Amino acid sequence: MNQTAEAQTGFYTEDMTISVGPQHPSTHGVLRFVVKTDGEVISEAIPDVGYLHRSIEKIGEKVTYHGYVPYTDRADYLAAMFANQAFCMAAEKLAGTEVTRRGEFCRVIACELNRIASHLISVGTFGQDIGAMTPFVHALRERETINNLMEEICGARLTYNYIRIGGVGYDILPETLTKIVEFLDHFEPIVLEFNRLLSGNKIFRERLAGVAVISREEAFSYNLVGPNLRGSGVKWDIRRDIPYSIYPELDFEVPIGTASIGALGDSFDRYWVRIQEMQESVKILRQCLQMMPKGPAISKVPRKFRPPAGEVYARVEAPRGDMGFYVVSDGSEYPYRVRIRTGSYTAMSIIDKLSKGIMVADLIALIGSLDVDAPEIDR
Amino acid sequence: MEAQDIYTRLEKQFPGSVSDFKGDVKEPYFTVAASAIVDVCRALRDGVMLKFEVLSDLTALDWPKEEKIQVVYHLFSYSQNQQIVLKVDLPRDNPRIATVEGVWKVANWFEREVYDLFGVIFDGHSDLRRIILPDDWQGYPLRKDYVEQEEYDGISTQRAPLVEKLLR
Repeated sequence: MNQTAEAQTGFYTEDMTISVGPQHPSTHGVLRFVVKTDGEVISEAIPDVGYLHRSIEKIGEKVTYHGYVPYTDRADYLAAMFANQAFCMAAEKLAGTEVTRRGEFCRVIACELNRIASHLISVGTFGQDIGAMTPFVHALRERETINNLMEEICGARLTYNYIRIGGVGYDILPETLTKIVEFLDHFEPIVLEFNRLLSGNKIFRERLAGVAVISREEAFSYNLVGPNLRGSGVKWDIRRDIPYSIYPELDFEVPIGTASIGALGDSFDRYWVRIQEMQESVKILRQCLQMMPKGPAISKVPRKFRPPAGEVYARVEAPRGDMGFYVVSDGSEYPYRVRIRTGSYTAMSIIDKLSKGIMVADLIALIGSLDVDAPEIDR
Repeated sequence: MEAQDIYTRLEKQFPGSVSDFKGDVKEPYFTVAASAIVDVCRALRDGVMLKFEVLSDLTALDWPKEEKIQVVYHLFSYSQNQQIVLKVDLPRDNPRIATVEGVWKVANWFEREVYDLFGVIFDGHSDLRRIILPDDWQGYPLRKDYVEQEEYDGISTQRAPLVEKLLR
């Protein structure tokens, strides 16, 4: 409470404690904050997580390696492909399994489509949180096309279970590849339309410029990853810097925050990185479609998959950043321990620090710009 | 700098506190004494040619046969593009270790999760509460001998198999 203001005006104000966010299990993004405010200014925002805990890590100790892949889908329902890939990479690293070349291409194509879909949800809901309803509908319309493509690729629209140990479940058919090209041709101008609609919107820009600035050091200390880290000006992308799969053969840029309208590392920088990443994904997809070789989509992997005792840590660049699977094997059919390290968990931990002294409306912008995804936090 | 060199250097800097370097595995690691963890972490973060700016992951492993809980730190250096893994062995009946919150802020949440799911106490932690499970939950689910409580707030945590339900 501001003592001087009270003395000057004669008004008596009291701190409020309010609960922000839905908490029914069926609502979208079950995040809750206990916010202490002095009028409009937040003094503390304590995140309350755990509503979506499904003990995915514990389940990992009870099922076989092959049987665990569908469970990884549920870690982050907006980007299930990446959890599939990270877990399969960990299992492959443990056992020394080879992935077929066509399998790698199928993986990258599926993943990059998934990245576009996830970023569309991210920027769409971000706009909606800020108060722009229309872009959300546009974003979801495009995502629907990707969902249709995904359904053709693997039979599922959300929880794919597509990437398997040693490759992918099904080869991508030539008809589907043509449809992907059609989608890319259609989607590229849509990004520009999206920019006219949302990124260039004066209200939207002013709501984000200079809000919730994260410095480079803070981003390191709180271990922010992915677009949130790049928004703070750190040029780091696992696809480029710890290369995996076929990414070293592909040519793409790593967009970073440039303080284009506000300060470096503000909410707009993080948003803008995502928009640019969608364009980079389109570039990657076009190259993949051209380079795609013929061959089997999956290598021969024994049904009883028993990797030797040991431990690995596999990272992939998911839409919410570094997704790490730490898998420990004791030589049996079941993993001894599976640990999933997700980008949203660490992004969530910085919110309390950043929310001190900002307005309630800016808290919404901050949460949206960090793109936290509740199921990924709780796992 | 190779993982081996990092180990040799730390061995000189903290005699007796670091041991058991394993370099011929997929992720090179070494063991750190629980009492030295904060100093070792700070040296790894600030040391010249080390610069492990981030704590990528902090988790634990339960080994009931060896009577120990292992806390595992995955450190990463962006500038050197390198990872190193630290392990700390703690007695299973009283796992206590100092917090590294002062070195990397993110440790706050990671340690809360390990406390929540393994029951490791982090001394000096600013806010050691359960994070994922409800505050009044009993037991530590990721321990190998964990038995789920039968009831929570009067609600059964068990569910009859679907077939039995249909036959009833």
